[in-house]
Amino acid sequence: MQQTGKQSLRFAEAPFIISSASVAGTKEGEGPLGAEFDVIGRDDRFGQETWEEAESTMQKEALTLALGKAHLKADEIRYLFAGDLLGQDIASSFGLMDFGIPLFGLYGACSTCGEALSLAAMTIAAGYADRAAAVTSSHFASAEKQFRFPLAYANQRPRSATWTVTGGGAYILAKKAAGGAFSGDGAAGSQNTGSGGCRIRIPGITTGKIVDFGIKDSMNMGAAMAPAACDLIAQHFEDFACGPECYDRIVTGDLGTVGQEILIDLLQKKGYDIKDRHEDCGIEIYDGASQGTGAGGSGCGCSAVTLSAHYLKMLEDGSLKKILFVPTGALLSPVSFNEGKSVPGIAHGVIIERG
Amino acid sequence: MEYWNAFWIGGLICALVQILMEKTKMMPGRIMVLLVCTGAVLGALQIYQPFADFAGAGANVPLLGFGNLLWKGVKEAVDDEGFIGIFMGGFKASAAGISAALVLSYIVSLFSKPQMKK
Repeated sequence: MQQTGKQSLRFAEAPFIISSASVAGTKEGEGPLGAEFDVIGRDDRFGQETWEEAESTMQKEALTLALGKAHLKADEIRYLFAGDLLGQDIASSFGLMDFGIPLFGLYGACSTCGEALSLAAMTIAAGYADRAAAVTSSHFASAEKQFRFPLAYANQRPRSATWTVTGGGAYILAKKAAGGAFSGDGAAGSQNTGSGGCRIRIPGITTGKIVDFGIKDSMNMGAAMAPAACDLIAQHFEDFACGPECYDRIVTGDLGTVGQEILIDLLQKKGYDIKDRHEDCGIEIYDGASQGTGAGGSGCGCSAVTLSAHYLKMLEDGSLKKILFVPTGALLSPVSFNEGKSVPGIAHGVIIERG
Repeated sequence: MEYWNAFWIGGLICALVQILMEKTKMMPGRIMVLLVCTGAVLGALQIYQPFADFAGAGANVPLLGFGNLLWKGVKEAVDDEGFIGIFMGGFKASAAGISAALVLSYIVSLFSKPQMKK
């Protein structure tokens, strides 16, 4: 019985994350995690004419790198789960079409990284694929155009607004762990624990539902997403009959400083104290004081690059054993926003542990 | 003295609008429309023109001045042409400003590209 509780799955055979890669923009490169990204663009155009093409290029590079690290070719990946923030998911479709991998295009706003990892893990655990990849991205300039104004319009940004992360992350998930130091050739499954050959796996997931607190301020997304994150985390604890103590860290996607405070408060009211182990990718990725990024980073790229570059490395070197990764998304569109609709939130929980 | 009045009044208008940008949740587009409409209303109330005569470019260049100009154009056209003037006057009066904005921004776009914000 793999279904557990109301919204969760506990995989009988936990799929492994055999490799991952992160590609980030210049501002992210100058931030606190700068040294940890695989690739930092020399400028934010990534050699392209348009911002949308730049974002596609980040996805392409991230997946190419992740494949390279796992010593795999594109045709060895059975399914691709990918998404971004742009209308009709164009960063993914134009960035990934040349790989020729069967694709499921996803939209979960900034929670897409968790959605893609969940679906890839489910697909593998169910035996529908031996290997699958999850790719997500966001780009500051293309997101501004999609949700606010094109940069050419040169509008002023309020300081409370979050800053969309320029970055793309890719993950390769597989039924069997890679060999030592990613040198395995698929003869894996062996208990290879050679240098660097740690095995990171996804033993379970909790899928979030849409939570709408009626927040109408598109400049305060943290407040819109925090209730969704709270709902997801509380449900997760219930489904797995555990609490904050089961995890070394609970890592949300892009709540920012404002959302973090709300989340901790809301969970406290439900009887869970996560204060000492909560971290937020949006807060970690920038130095808010010196980089002028307001409440923190946001976007699908935010959690994608931070998980790959920062948290997976900490799981690999053993400084973390088990984390709950909860990317959060604010489900707004310029259309719904202009029509006076609220900004509903969603969050997806993925358990990631060192096997 | 003319320059000085244009400078401080234009600056004052911009400073007041900046407060709107910072302290309210209004989006820039809404503030823009608000300014143009306010200018037209102030023009209709015969308040803006004396003010513009005093401040010169300081009152004509900001969007309030554009609203006032639209009002002035419509009023003159209605006086000359009657009913049809409602639809002609505004654009006639603002033709130079609008065309200059279109043509110049096109020219600028030929050799400059938007950059990332820092």
